[in-house]
Amino acid sequence: MARRITYQQAINEALAQEMERDPTVVVFGEDVRGGAGAPGEDDAWGGVLGVTKGLSPKFPDRVIDTPISESAYIGAAAGAAASGLRPVAELMFVDFLGVCLDQIFNQAAKFRYMFGGKAVTPMVIRAMYGAGIRAASQHSQALYPIFTHIPGLKVVAPSNPYDAKGLLIQSIRDDDPVIFLEHKVLYTVEGDVPEEAYAIPFGEANIVREGSDVTVVALGRMVPFAEQAAEELQREDGISCEVIDLRTTSPLDLETLLESVENTGRLVVVDESSPRCGLASDIVARVAQDAFGDLKAAPQMVTPPHTPVPFSPTLEDAYVPSPEKIAAAVREAAGAATAGAR
Amino acid sequence: MSTVAPPGTGQLTPEQLVEAYRVMRTIREFEERLHREFATGDIPGFVHLYAGEEAIAAGVIAHLGSDDYVASTHRGHGHAIAKGCDVKGMMAEIYGKITGLCKGKGGSMHIADFDKGMLGANGIVGGGPPLVCGVGLTAKVKGTDQVAVSFTGDGGSNQGTFLESLNLAGAWHLPVIFVVENNGYAESTSSNFHQSGIDVAKRADGFGMPGIIVDGFDFFAVHEAAGEAIERARSGGGPSLIECKVNRYFGHFEGDQQTYRGPNEVEDLRRTRDCLDAFARRVTDAGVLEREALAEIDASVKTLIDDAVREAKAAPDPTAADVLTDVYVKY
Repeated sequence: MARRITYQQAINEALAQEMERDPTVVVFGEDVRGGAGAPGEDDAWGGVLGVTKGLSPKFPDRVIDTPISESAYIGAAAGAAASGLRPVAELMFVDFLGVCLDQIFNQAAKFRYMFGGKAVTPMVIRAMYGAGIRAASQHSQALYPIFTHIPGLKVVAPSNPYDAKGLLIQSIRDDDPVIFLEHKVLYTVEGDVPEEAYAIPFGEANIVREGSDVTVVALGRMVPFAEQAAEELQREDGISCEVIDLRTTSPLDLETLLESVENTGRLVVVDESSPRCGLASDIVARVAQDAFGDLKAAPQMVTPPHTPVPFSPTLEDAYVPSPEKIAAAVREAAGAATAGAR
Repeated sequence: MSTVAPPGTGQLTPEQLVEAYRVMRTIREFEERLHREFATGDIPGFVHLYAGEEAIAAGVIAHLGSDDYVASTHRGHGHAIAKGCDVKGMMAEIYGKITGLCKGKGGSMHIADFDKGMLGANGIVGGGPPLVCGVGLTAKVKGTDQVAVSFTGDGGSNQGTFLESLNLAGAWHLPVIFVVENNGYAESTSSNFHQSGIDVAKRADGFGMPGIIVDGFDFFAVHEAAGEAIERARSGGGPSLIECKVNRYFGHFEGDQQTYRGPNEVEDLRRTRDCLDAFARRVTDAGVLEREALAEIDASVKTLIDDAVREAKAAPDPTAADVLTDVYVKY
């Protein structure tokens, strides 16, 4: 039975249902409970933005606050996973990977391969990502390309509440290390979400809007932006966009992209991460290599500029890809660009 | 912080003493042989030898069961042998063969066997301490009496991961033991230079846990200190730190010319501080074991290592297709 809940509630529900189902699922991170050891109330925060609120009263021994020691507790997630738990460690802001990356990419990600296929490390690292709340350069990045670059990790970034629940459940049940990235601007977005638990498989992109002229590939918050642009383009220019939500960047559903490009011959990739060695350039390169003959126009990439994320609202709004920038790129790809449109 | 007084042969049974000696001799023979084989050019990559420090791996791991865990270092052969990893599989791994413990994917720096509670040698200095915190959490959540031990060098003791892990283990009251093998060198840099505060064990005070210094050449001292710490952890008493003062017989890695060493430093160590000699003297002087029994162990270990090297050399390499396997459980 579906009802409308927010992206944030969908994540909370996925955690609660998996903890209920599986006693080896543990949740830990900075302030996931909030107030531990303090004289006031327990579960005071339930995560810095309240995403895990209400879990600790239900599972008091399995929702655990940590010191501000990302290396230690992210590494502990790897050790716990190696020894029989299914930890969901919260990194809070993904920007903090800078103080624990070794434990992710040199330890957890490589265990299975380095150790000859015997190791299983079923861990999830949840983290907020993305610009849009004026959080400035160290709390706003979209760092999924860094994780996607690393063999051994799976990387997930849901664009809506339904996907958030289903992909998080899959992440927890998955036997490999998973980076689960939550766009903080999407937390309050509502959508239809079934009450029962369900898992969405990785590596299956979602065609959120069918179209015939231009393939628009997006992820996370860029998906609703792309949909908005597609609506406007259909209405104002008569351009039919096929919008594809990647859902996961590793594994990547290249097949669905190639099929779409085979039909449209035109590709626009919308990517909130930095442009160099990023998701957009990766996808354009893959499509160019595998489907060059299908392309009728140069693929377009809509990304932020190669700068840190700025603070001031005017600057941040100028930084982030917008529906307008996406529409302009689609017009370029469709050969319908007008002077000054870009 | 306190210091363990030199004990006798303690409460150890003759069987336990035989096993301890066998472990130490196996490590020594393994490492001495690798030293010679490496010089022939047959062994690929980096190899870091543990010879000289055998009393620590043997003394600590003697208290662990197969469901207890250790996280090791780049100098990890000794911990792996003591934890029960297959010696022939280890040798084949170091030669990069498909018959290796990690099918030739890991090599010396990544020997691991989770089924034996060996979380891996580790190419990253300070990589292991956070991992054992996770094992400690597993034991707490599942309500078992498992413990986990991280081995770290003096170099690793200056990593943030080590210090963060001391704090996390203390804050979460985890059944974890941090063993620091202070061999006096972080690669080529002396602990006299790289350590602020020469005793790592004193750092335990700041994290509210017991810290103890032991002679890392003395199996019995290590065994006694580790026994107390591990028993405390098993019974819910929380983490401990044990600093073992020791030295290594070889360089940081094989090929290291060791020009940073003092004159006759290693020769003097081998003559005066050798853990196997000291162990043999102690048990024979006490009349618990005979010299002949130790010699038999020496001979059987030599045969084992000879066989391991011969089989490793003869074993097939992985195939190019193996590059692609075992990245994920499912992708």
